[in-house]
Amino acid sequence: MTQYPIETSPIFGRLTLNAIPYYDPIIMGTLAVAATLGIVLLALIHKNRLWGTLWNDWFTSIDHKKIGIMYMILGLVMMMRGFADAIMMRAQQAIAFNGNEGFLPPHHYDQIFTAHGVIMIFFVAMPLITGLMNYLIPLQIGARDVAFPFLNNFSFWMTAMGAALIMASLFVGEFAMTGWLAYPPLSGIFQSPYVGVDYYIWALQIAGVGTLLSGVNLIVTIVKMRAPGMSLMKMPIFTWTSLCANVLIVAAFPVLTAVLGMLTMDRYLGTNFFTNDLGGNSMMYVNLIWIWGHPEVYILILPLFGVFSEVVSTFSRKRLFGYSSMVYATVVITILSYLVWLHHFFTMGSGASVNAFFGITTMIISIPTGAKIFNWLFTMYKGKISFELPMMWTIAFMITFVIGGMTGVLLAVPPADFVLHNSLFLIAHFHNVIIGGVLFGLFAAINFWAPKALGVKLNEFWGKVSFWFWVIGFYFAFMPLYVLGLMGVTRRMSQFDDPSLQIWFQIAALGAAMIAVGIAAMIMQFYATYRDRAKLRDTTGDPWGGRTLEWATSSPPAEYNFAFTPVVYDTDAWADMKKNGYKRPTSGFVDIHMPKNTAAGFIISAISAVIGFALVWHIWWLAAGGTVALLVAVIAHTFNYKRDFYIKADEVARTEDARTKLEQAHV
Amino acid sequence: MFKPLKRSLLLLVPLFLLAGCNTIVMNPKGDIASQQADLIVLSTVLMLIIIVPVIFLTCFFAWKYRKANSQAEYDPEWDHSTKLELVIWGAPLLIIIILGLVTWVSTHKLDPYRPLDRINASTPLPADHKPLVVQVTSLDWKWLFIYPEQGIATVNELVTPVNVPVRFKITSSTVMNSFYIPALAGQIYSMPGMETTLNAVINEQGEWEGFSANYSGAGFSHMRFKYRGVSQDEFDNWVARNKSYGKELDRAAYLELEKPTTKHPVEYYGKVEQNLFHAIVNRCVVEGTVCMDTQMMADSMRNRTNLSADELAILINEAMCTIAPNADALPLITSSKKNGYDSVSN
Repeated sequence: MTQYPIETSPIFGRLTLNAIPYYDPIIMGTLAVAATLGIVLLALIHKNRLWGTLWNDWFTSIDHKKIGIMYMILGLVMMMRGFADAIMMRAQQAIAFNGNEGFLPPHHYDQIFTAHGVIMIFFVAMPLITGLMNYLIPLQIGARDVAFPFLNNFSFWMTAMGAALIMASLFVGEFAMTGWLAYPPLSGIFQSPYVGVDYYIWALQIAGVGTLLSGVNLIVTIVKMRAPGMSLMKMPIFTWTSLCANVLIVAAFPVLTAVLGMLTMDRYLGTNFFTNDLGGNSMMYVNLIWIWGHPEVYILILPLFGVFSEVVSTFSRKRLFGYSSMVYATVVITILSYLVWLHHFFTMGSGASVNAFFGITTMIISIPTGAKIFNWLFTMYKGKISFELPMMWTIAFMITFVIGGMTGVLLAVPPADFVLHNSLFLIAHFHNVIIGGVLFGLFAAINFWAPKALGVKLNEFWGKVSFWFWVIGFYFAFMPLYVLGLMGVTRRMSQFDDPSLQIWFQIAALGAAMIAVGIAAMIMQFYATYRDRAKLRDTTGDPWGGRTLEWATSSPPAEYNFAFTPVVYDTDAWADMKKNGYKRPTSGFVDIHMPKNTAAGFIISAISAVIGFALVWHIWWLAAGGTVALLVAVIAHTFNYKRDFYIKADEVARTEDARTKLEQAHV
Repeated sequence: MFKPLKRSLLLLVPLFLLAGCNTIVMNPKGDIASQQADLIVLSTVLMLIIIVPVIFLTCFFAWKYRKANSQAEYDPEWDHSTKLELVIWGAPLLIIIILGLVTWVSTHKLDPYRPLDRINASTPLPADHKPLVVQVTSLDWKWLFIYPEQGIATVNELVTPVNVPVRFKITSSTVMNSFYIPALAGQIYSMPGMETTLNAVINEQGEWEGFSANYSGAGFSHMRFKYRGVSQDEFDNWVARNKSYGKELDRAAYLELEKPTTKHPVEYYGKVEQNLFHAIVNRCVVEGTVCMDTQMMADSMRNRTNLSADELAILINEAMCTIAPNADALPLITSSKKNGYDSVSN
């Protein structure tokens, strides 16, 4: 256990050499591996002279496609961290019986489950869906970029810097030991005096700015930049679900910012919003955080509902069944997601009528969700289904998600929740919907749109290996938790007395190991794809027989996406164009107006991360200096007038000719 | 139609198997928990009416309409059917209407604040019965149980007589925990500065686990206690034995006990200082600190001198929310009702 240094030095704040957990072999081992990998990576970049490319073509890029890909990479890298946490928890719980304390003392274990939750939601799921929306929305609506390209780059870097701050907490100081939502009074200054909760607060606040701005950006993009002819009810379904998800982001994230702001004031300034004494009320925090937290669940799942709709319809070679019913279902879910937050704490003593109200509103959400499932079913009906990887993930989703949905509705019955709340049954439920829904959806999406983004179809063999290990591993890892929940086992325990529980934890650990193989196979899939890239090359731009506009572009799309803005007549715009014998124009190109790269997003975000770090460690001079630097950087950016350029018509012609030649060569 | 029904029953098999092994949640010994378990089964069956056909149809359609099956009909333009849409929205709606009604009724019936009206399915209770009161406090990281009527207290051991309704009054010293005995009844949070209530009854003699179901810090994993349901005679003996120990739980002893400990051994107190629980809830155990209810009363009184005593009492009662009235400090409001149920004075 660490000794908490209370004294604050004017230069280093609370930061001392003791803040590095050198006593913990696990963390030091991780540090050694991370440092080695980091050095190898840097050396490779240096050797291949990639610094310029990296900086000029990627870090400072405001091309929505590149930012989308960077989001995806961030999400996948952070998934490794979040999954490492999961493996450690599973291992600990499988061995910590009969007085065996396992290999993780509470001080470490409690940080791990907190970090696992925070990372998986904020720095895996959120970047992955934001990346997906970023990449696809402009392409699907026939636009050349998002509405505010600079803001997009800035949003990405704020998210990345939030992730960096969380990673820093692993090696310098410690992370919160509060659970992923940091309920006070446990997260208050008296119960959590050291830096863990501060890391939590500032990482989320910095990343939260990114999420909020990206939400604003994508809403404006969808509302204002659709191709001519694309009325709202002709939008691709993924764009629709993304629109709803972003509306939720814009309405919900400020609540998170505010509630964390109040917790910050409690911790830094001695206010009493959520303290035990002087009129503080910790239940206010619980209410507010779930008023953000429940819509957050739908922020995660809605875009994936869109993905499944696109995938089902494409691989069934059929129009989506009940398009308008899908749209209404999405909108209903969006609205209802604000009326259910109290179901996360039926057990905090609300009256029966209040509990029953929130239980029933929660159940009502299952109606539009059920309608969606049926719509996918009837899209398959009378279709011609080919079982490529995206479709396999979708089928796995449909079966897994309904089970998770059922246990979810069960938890929405307040008296049932009284015996299942906070149990491993609940853990099984939300992994059932988040892995079975969000993650399976993301894997479907990655396999579906990789040819578009990377220009190559992903290796199918390793993709299938990964699929089977993931899906079977998931059932092995989480079905035992349902059982354990019914045996009355609660979450966040690091040691157990009852030996009859152990076998179930061991099965769950086996499941986690299978998922680890699934992840390894996924890495192999990327490697094998890189190895066979020539063979897997997509020359058509439309490898699956797609139905929406992104498949009208080359793979990967040109910087400007569309040489001419398409005109839309039907919901499945590209399928409609193909049916009507659309010919890609090969002449008559004009100059294309494009936004210009800028380093401002990276710089402002990096300064924000420094300020966050300074505030965590109470290094006041650095926080103050950083704030000044931040303002200077923002003001300086506003004086940057060189924000756009033209891609000349002859360059557009060259790019389009190259595509024509490529297509002809492979006919 | 029968096929899915059969399958749904098949799917239930594991549920019954589980009920046989030590799934205490599905196989509890208290009337409240039993009703909660029954509700789980009922809701699950209701939902399986939708879930099973969906899973079945997913597999069936995926197989039947596979590309290789040239026999299957293919209709790429078919994307709407009003009749089907009605079924798609209507069927889940019907199930949810039924489940919603079940929810509304059962949530009220099994509201932890509601005084019991029966001991078990066959034995009703008179409306004016007097439950055994146990005041529960979660400390870092152990449980304190005060029996105000018996004048005793224990740490990490809870004993109640079989078939006697018990009313738990629950609070916490520093952080949130959740008071949960799966064999007895569903859980309810214990929160500092607030008081929650749980009414329950145990129907069988035996010993079971109780614990905190909400993570509360480093010692959380071991924040467990033994709960025993015993006969009335045994209970009386147990009380008498505790009284004979003579150790007193006064404010000083409580403040000592409140300090964080892990794996705290069972302790018995033969005497408990009057109104200690009230002081814990109102965060005024330390001598000289102002109790929350007193403070709130003073706050409400400020600038309201033009009100009559009765009007004041109503105002104060509203301001108090879930905080238990102190019989001594607030004679005005002890008689008033809260949440529709009589609040029990200490």
